[in-house]
This record gives sequence, C-alpha cells and structure tokens, in this order.
Amino acid sequence: MTQFWNLLNPFPGQHSTFASNVDAIFYFIFWLSMFFFVAIVGFMIYFMIKYRRVEGQEPESSPSHNTPIEVAWSVIPGFLVLGIFWWGFTGYVDMRSPPAEAYEVNVIASMWQWQFKYPTGAISDKLHIPVNRPVKLIMQSKDVLHSLYVPSFRAKQDVVPGRYSGMWFEATDVGVYDLFCTEYCGQKHSDMITKVVVHSTSPEGTTEEVNQTFERWMEIASNPLNDEQGQPLPLDVAGKKLVDTFQCAQCHSIDGTKKVGPSFKGNYGKEVEIVGQGKVLMDENYIRESILEPTAKIHVGYEPKMPSFKGQMKDEWIDAVIAYIKSIQ
Amino acid sequence: MATDVMPAHSEPARPEDNYLTASRGFMSWAVTLDHKRIGVMYLIGTMTAMFLGGLLALVLRAEHLSGNPNTLPFVTHDVYNQLFTLHGAIMVFLFIIPSIPAALGNFILPVMLGAKDVAFPRMNLCSFYLWIIGAIFFVCALLTTGLDTGWTFYTPYSTNTSQTNVVLATFGAFILGFSSIFTGLNFIVTIHTMRPPGMTWFRMPLFLWSLYATAIIQVLATPVLGITLLLLAAERMFGLGIFDPKLGGDPVLYQHFFWFYSHPAVYIMILPAMGIISELISTFSRKPIFGYRFIAFSSMAIALLGFLVWGHHMFTSGQSEMVTIIFSVLTFSVSIPSAIKVFNWLATMYKGSIVLATPMCYALSFLFLFTIGGLTGLFLGALATDIHLHDTYFVVAHFHYVMMGGTLVAFIGGLFYWWPKMTGRMYNEFWGQISSLIVFVAFNLTFFPQFVMGSRGMPRRYYNYLPEFQVYHVLSTIGAFLLGFGLLLAAIVLIVSLFKGKKAPANPWGAATLEWQCTSPPPLANFEKTPTVGNPYDMNSVVWDPDTESFIRRGDVPTVKDEATPAHS
Repeated sequence: MTQFWNLLNPFPGQHSTFASNVDAIFYFIFWLSMFFFVAIVGFMIYFMIKYRRVEGQEPESSPSHNTPIEVAWSVIPGFLVLGIFWWGFTGYVDMRSPPAEAYEVNVIASMWQWQFKYPTGAISDKLHIPVNRPVKLIMQSKDVLHSLYVPSFRAKQDVVPGRYSGMWFEATDVGVYDLFCTEYCGQKHSDMITKVVVHSTSPEGTTEEVNQTFERWMEIASNPLNDEQGQPLPLDVAGKKLVDTFQCAQCHSIDGTKKVGPSFKGNYGKEVEIVGQGKVLMDENYIRESILEPTAKIHVGYEPKMPSFKGQMKDEWIDAVIAYIKSIQ
Repeated sequence: MATDVMPAHSEPARPEDNYLTASRGFMSWAVTLDHKRIGVMYLIGTMTAMFLGGLLALVLRAEHLSGNPNTLPFVTHDVYNQLFTLHGAIMVFLFIIPSIPAALGNFILPVMLGAKDVAFPRMNLCSFYLWIIGAIFFVCALLTTGLDTGWTFYTPYSTNTSQTNVVLATFGAFILGFSSIFTGLNFIVTIHTMRPPGMTWFRMPLFLWSLYATAIIQVLATPVLGITLLLLAAERMFGLGIFDPKLGGDPVLYQHFFWFYSHPAVYIMILPAMGIISELISTFSRKPIFGYRFIAFSSMAIALLGFLVWGHHMFTSGQSEMVTIIFSVLTFSVSIPSAIKVFNWLATMYKGSIVLATPMCYALSFLFLFTIGGLTGLFLGALATDIHLHDTYFVVAHFHYVMMGGTLVAFIGGLFYWWPKMTGRMYNEFWGQISSLIVFVAFNLTFFPQFVMGSRGMPRRYYNYLPEFQVYHVLSTIGAFLLGFGLLLAAIVLIVSLFKGKKAPANPWGAATLEWQCTSPPPLANFEKTPTVGNPYDMNSVVWDPDTESFIRRGDVPTVKDEATPAHS
C-alpha cells in the first residue's frame, strides 16, 4: 500500500533550498485546480443525470445568459491566477539570483557528455559539490543546445553554444542525485546522464554512499595521476582514469568496434588512411595531435566531429592516455 | 460568386442528386471546386496522416515497455529519435492544424452560412493540393533519411549537426503553411462577405466564430513560420549565419521565431475544437448556448492574446529574466477566456434535456480532458514550478491532454455529429458510444501516468530511462494500445455505416443551425433557395417529427427580421 502511494507521489526527494518552495507552489496550484476540477466534473455528471432527456418532454426555459455571473467567473479566476503568477515569480527570482559567495564550477556540455571543472583545476565527469553552500554553475556548450537538470534540486537551465549560461543552487543533503540533459541534443541525448555528488564538509557528515569530504575529494581529483589515497598510479592506469573522466569511450571503443570515432584498439603502430594525406603512421605524435587538433588528420570513414581538448588536457595527462592506448593493443 | 463554382465536369443536375452523386469519375473529384468534396478529400488525407502518426506513436510506446534498449530490436537510438520527430511533425503539420478547419470547416462553414460555396473555390482546391505536396515532402523525408531534429527543428542541431534531410522536411512544412494560409484567407472573406440576410455577427453559430478567430491566426502567424524555415534552410544549405553561433548567429533567436508562430498555432489547433463543443453541447442539451457573447468574444480574445505568450516555451532557454517574467504574467491572461468557455458550456447543460448520443459523449470527454489539460497549464505558466517541469513528461502529458484530449476528441465528436450530413448515413449509436468510452478511459491511462513521471523528473525525448520510471511507462504503453483500439473502433463504426447505415434525415439531432435545413447529404448547391435565418440556438424552432424520423422546423416560428436583436435574447 505504501508502495502504491509512493508511485503517486509527484516528486523526487527535496534536496536543495529551492525544493520546498517549488513543491509548496505546486501543491497550492494542485489543490486549487482540484477544487475547480471536482466542481466542473461534479456539475457535469450531476447535470447529465438530473437533466437527462425524457421522451417527448421539452426542457423548461432557463436564461441563456446572466451577465453578473459571467463577469464573476471571469474576474475571480483572474485574481486567482495572478496570485499563482506572483508566487511563481518570487520563487523564480530567488532561483536566478546567485549569492555573491557562491562556489563556482565550470560546466562544459558536449554531445553527449558533461564535464565539470573546478577552481583547483580538477576535472570530473560527475558534478561534485559541497553541502550547505551555494554553488554557481558557469555553463558552456561546445556544439548544440543542452540543458542541465537536477530533479532533486528542482533546478534546470539550458546550455546554449556561443555564450555562458548560469544557474545556482544550494544542496541541503549529502548524497548522490541524478543529473539529466533535458534539451534534445541528437543521437545519444538520453545517455547524457550523470550524477551530482553532494559531499559533506566535515568528516562527521560523511555517509557510506559519499565517504569523502569535499576537501578530500578535491585533493585527489586535482591530480588524476594519483589514486584515491593520493599515491601515484601506473601511467596506463592513470590513462584509463583520464579516458573515463573525459568520456572518450562515448565515441572511441576500446574493443575494436567502430563508433563515432576510430577504436583505441588495433590501430596503434599501424599505418592508417588519412583523408587527403594518404597513409600515416599512428604513433605517439599522431595521438597527441588528434587530442589537441582533432581535425588535422581525419581517418577515412569518419566525420570530423571531435572537439579539441587543447587547454583541458595537460601534457602529462596526454602521456598517460597514450600509455593506456598502447596497453590495450 | 455562386454560379461559377460548379464542378468542371458536372452534368445537368437532377433534383434528387446530391453532391456525391452529381458527377462521377476520378476527374470530377480531382478538379472539383465544390467545398464539400474538397472537405471530404481533406478528411481522407488528414485521417491517413493521423493513422501514420498514430502508428509511429505506438511503435515508440512499445519501445518503452522495458527500460532495456532492445525491447524492439529495430528501434535504436536513431530510430527512436526519428519516431518521436516524425510523430510530432506529422501530427502537428499534417493532421491537427488542417483537421478541423480544412476538413470539417470546409464542409460545414458554407452550409452553415446558407452559402453555395466559399468565397474563393479555386484557392480552396489549391490549398488542398498544397497540402498534398507538403505531405509528399514529408513522406520523402521519412522514406529517405528520416528526420531527427524533433518537430521543433531547434538550431544549431538542425542546421549544422543532423545528418537527416532537414531541408526536405522544412520545405514540406513551408508548403503546408501556405495551404493553411489559403484556408484561413478563404474563411475570413467568406464570413465577411457571404453571410445571408439576417445573419448578423452575433447571430453566427459559435463554430463560425471559432473558425474566424482561427483564420485570423492562420493568416497572421503562419508567414512567420515560412520565413523562419527559409532562414533555417538557407543556413543549412549556404552557411548563412543566423542561428548557428559558429557562424555568428544566435540559437535562441530561432526559438523566438519558431514559437512566435507555433504558440499561436496551438490556438489554431484548439479554437475550432472549442467551436465544435459549443455546437454539440447546445444541440444535445436542447438548450440555447449560455453566454453566447462571452464565448464569441473569448474566441477572439484567445486569438489575440495567443500572439503575446510565445516566450513561455523558453523560460529556461536563457532569454532575459525580465522577458521571462513578462511572458509568465501574459500567459496567465490567456487562461481566462478558456475558463469562461468551460463555465458557459456547463451552464448550457443546466436545466437542459441531455441525451448522451455519441457526439455528446465525445463532447463530455472533451470537457473532462480539456479541463485537466488547461489546469495543468497553470503549473507550467508559474515560473518556479515550470523550471522543474520544463522539458519533462509533464509537458508531454499537458499538451496531449489539450491537443489530443481536446482537439482530437472534439474532432471525432464533430465528425460523428456531421457524419449523417456529410454521407447521408446514420452510424450505429451503441458502438459509437462504446468507442467514446474506450477512448476516454484509454486516453487517461496513457497520459495521466506521464504527469507523475514528469514531475518526478523523467525528461522527454529519452530513448533510455532509469528503472524507477518503468511502471509509469508500462501503464502508458498499455493505455496507448487501448487508445489505438478505441480510435480504430470509431473508424470502423463510421466506415460500416457507409454500407449498412440507415438513410440519414435532414436533421437527426434537432440543431437549429442552417446546415441541418438542407437534405443529407446536401445537394450540389447546398440550398435550393436561400434559407431562413433565425437564432442559431433557438431549439424551440425545430420539433421531432416521427414520420420522417427527423426534426423539422415549426411552421409558426417567425423569421427574425430585426437585425438589432442579438442571438441570445
């Protein structure tokens, strides 16, 4: 039974400072609508039964208009919807006014992945934020429209190419929540899903699900060449981690199958056919150039779709990625 | 204007001939200038489009039965994206926009006016052929590369990324736009110039008021869509930088252009439906419509206010906050005229003599479903809640309640209502009622769960989904197949009536509007002599005549000569 009522519950949990106000407006509109809906359908059914046609009997005459009543049912709903507007408006103004001391995260959306960059230089494919602190996202798109949506926070904003879009929220609970792309962006729009990880800011607040404080997570994430304890990783393992972070596997398989781009497996050390340049040896320099200037050499049979990672991938990270690609041949 | 509208190949008309039998052969239909035949051809065309769009929807729903991407092996990411795009584009451009005005309106409007045809019969035929050409473009897009941009063609995906034949589809929509403009222009001129003596503006049936309001939107808004689609095609073909930021354009500009047409277009879809409901509720309650002037004015108010609210599709798009707030308040203003109509329809039923004939069953379904569709619009008009609900299944459910629960249900109600007039045959009442019951229940089963999953965060246009949403998707899919069955049953009831139905009398329902004064089906020229114009909602002017099994005009009803007396007094 509780399970049944849960299915009817219209909301995911409330985990941001906006959530309770948004839900309160929702329920206000809901009960107001419910009142009108029950009244309208109630009268409709009552009239259907009470005034059903009786053979051979004409209906008694009744007025075909009544100006005071008609004015009343035009004006009163008018005031009610103005009230709804006002509440929605004030809630919206809060959502669009980030506090000055907000923690800033840069968001880069591209088909079909999210990337989050932090003030320390750390990069992640999930959004990691501290609890109980306003967070401001400065978002850009590399290709088409995207939209960042966290249902548990009741927050959403489109990411438009060619300009920065901003949004902010303050998470109230430590945990892991869904983050969706909600603006259709092509083939794998529905796979452009990741998580928001809300970290505690003190060791006492950590949970089993999120067992690092925000500071600790940041320390580790700032150097992807290290493991979760901060110890240096073998170069190819670090490369694997970077390939995951940058979500290279969205387009490049690691088992030889053809996806949007050529596979990482089976090409290294071989001559590959390049559009307009004949055969070129795929070596370290080739990989490096493909990461920094992807359109310089286009593999025959593929579209020039890859964005450049210049400025995002440090030299030593590229070394690690090359080591990883070599390791899976 | 009336004498030059005879079909090119008509033989000398015999008195017993109606518009269906007056001339025969393929060419007598292909080059006909008769508004009734054009209406019937439009009806067949739009119903075919609806069948196709419905099939796409069913495949799409079937794919969602399980969260596993391989429910149907042939539905991949790409196929899914094409399914929802083509479902939307076909339903909007080929079915809903032309359905009521071009199919039912074309047939009924001149007869309701006591006229012999529309003002420009050749333009009317041209409109139909433009529809055919537009449909061919869409079918070509479907059969070649498909289309994967969503029916909204949002830039820059549509101009620089999509690998499908976007240009072909935009030209299709462009041509369909002209088809719509021609219909609108024709209706405006017809209503202005061809009303019979005695029919003042406020003695026009409300269906005509709603078609008039619709026509104004068609003529004023559709050109903007045409220009937008041309700009989009120019950017895609010649790299003109208008919407693509890589070329110096602005993608949000496209959204403004697109919704400047497409929001008013929502009212092109719903206004004629409201007109049908006004006719149905009045006739089957056997009572004059309550608050005639308020309903007529609210149609015009919706047509005008509808132009001022396009920005409510863009609350999260990155348009300025001030603009967003202004659009929110304007959006609420457009809810009032719709509310007025609902209250007036209810008041019409008060102290009526209500019979639950098939069209009335559909009209009452409309009242239930449209009320939900309208009220859920409040959640989307309020800014704070819209931020959460935008681009989720809540929006999908909302517009299906309005477009399908509203427009489609009213369209079917109107089709059952005017079917005896159009075909001269009565359908099986019992199975008609059953079809309306199935459609009503199945519709709610399909779309109500989508409200819940939407507010729980399920984004729209998703091929995959998280497991927690599966139960809602399964319910919705079961509902969709049941809904398909209900609509099929309605179609079967109508088609069977063509072969087995009783001959229809002139006025089976007891309506007082003019189209029920001519025979069923109407003669080629509609009326032998210009009919008497009275109050369109004076139900006392017709009485049941058991001999002809039809309502006939009371001999003693005085012809209203005094133009100053409005219809409702």
